[in-house]
Amino acid sequence: MAAGPAKAEARALAERLVNQDRRAVARAISHVENRSPIGGELLDIIYARTGDAHRIGITGPPGSGKSTLVHALIGHLRGRGERVGVLAVDPTSPFSGGAILGDRIRMPQATGDDGLFVRSMASRGSLGGVAAATYEASEVLEAAGYAWLLIETVGVGQSELEVMEIADTTVLLLVPESGDSVQAMKAGVMEAADVFVVNKYDREGGDRLVQDIENTLQFTDWERHGGWKPPVLTAIAARDEGVSAVLGAVEDHLAWLTQDETRSHRIRAEKIERRVRVLLNRALSEHVWRERHIEERLTEAIGKIAERTLSPYRWVETILQESVQRRED
Amino acid sequence: MEEKIRILVAKPGLDGHDRGAKVIATAFRDAGFEVIYTGLHQTPEMIVDAAIQEDVDIISVSVLSGAHMTIFPRILDLLKEKGAGEMHVIGGGIIPNEDSAKLVDMGVGAIFGPGTPTGEPIDYIRDWWSRNRSQK
Repeated sequence: MAAGPAKAEARALAERLVNQDRRAVARAISHVENRSPIGGELLDIIYARTGDAHRIGITGPPGSGKSTLVHALIGHLRGRGERVGVLAVDPTSPFSGGAILGDRIRMPQATGDDGLFVRSMASRGSLGGVAAATYEASEVLEAAGYAWLLIETVGVGQSELEVMEIADTTVLLLVPESGDSVQAMKAGVMEAADVFVVNKYDREGGDRLVQDIENTLQFTDWERHGGWKPPVLTAIAARDEGVSAVLGAVEDHLAWLTQDETRSHRIRAEKIERRVRVLLNRALSEHVWRERHIEERLTEAIGKIAERTLSPYRWVETILQESVQRRED
Repeated sequence: MEEKIRILVAKPGLDGHDRGAKVIATAFRDAGFEVIYTGLHQTPEMIVDAAIQEDVDIISVSVLSGAHMTIFPRILDLLKEKGAGEMHVIGGGIIPNEDSAKLVDMGVGAIFGPGTPTGEPIDYIRDWWSRNRSQK
């Protein structure tokens, strides 16, 4: 599609978004997810309207109760009349490219409420715990007036931390059975979390897990992280126990983020810089892969590279040079 | 980015049998589709609102309760009412042949009876997708 019609369609879609037309919100998320020209134009149009929503990342190992906590948080926020958008990410099978997105099963209130929009996203090959377009989808939801965004990651292990780049506040859920995993997690995930929640606290080992987390946190230099020391809370999300305290801790963190203007500007600027670097890298990579006949040329090169008559370094350099010089209209 | 076929697998009614729905959801995933599975006891209103939020291409509904002549027309009406009439509805479950024919007349794409090999709906969906995706 040429740029003209895409821009006109994006403008029409943006208008419907702002008027909170649910069908338009859903179509817009598909556009950004599929990286369509309309999606690209739309993101540019709505950007000025974004930046004020509260983005809460909910992460944790598989089975830690992420969907259940999201369900409970929705209840509290909707009870206060807040408009809530949810992005729930599940893994794409690396074998078939398909996915079963089942988070709605644990969110029975996800239909029939105009103040709530729930979208399931497949990770589509991204390894960071969210999908490549989760950030963009959150901007769409924000432009449609959802002031609280809950972003639920796939079940994470040690290094799937991308959600912290999207979220203002990252909540890490752990369950007593995952006690040993605290040891394994202490490097990356433990530093990424702004709020710790020991969920399914009534199970055996709950108190020990709280102690383990506290012990690990003790050795972290919080000044290096701006001075926020993450609280360790306990909850039984399935019974709505401890959930209002989780929301309270999230709001404390949001208040802390904004109370010092210099610090909040710095944090925001750092996040934007990382975001722009990601976008630029992605755009560059996509540009290169649009090089004419790239797949055929790659297949041809593989033979020569295998026979050692061509080095992969020379080939990559050639493709890069050509693609830099190529103009696209 | 390659577009994916998105499909909602829904199980309306009060019976607690979702084995069939789970089998078909898994087969769709293995065919490379993105399957949104909503669980049991879905009303037509819930199914249509979920389908709209998820922006699916296809809604696959399995009805075992005998209420198919109420449920399918209601879903089709709601889709039209909400401006989502182009979403394609297919069905499965225990549905007599003469009812299947009536439902197809009303606008249901196809009905797959018990014992249908999972390859059949998958081929049907791929074929429908290749003929209709450009109109999105």
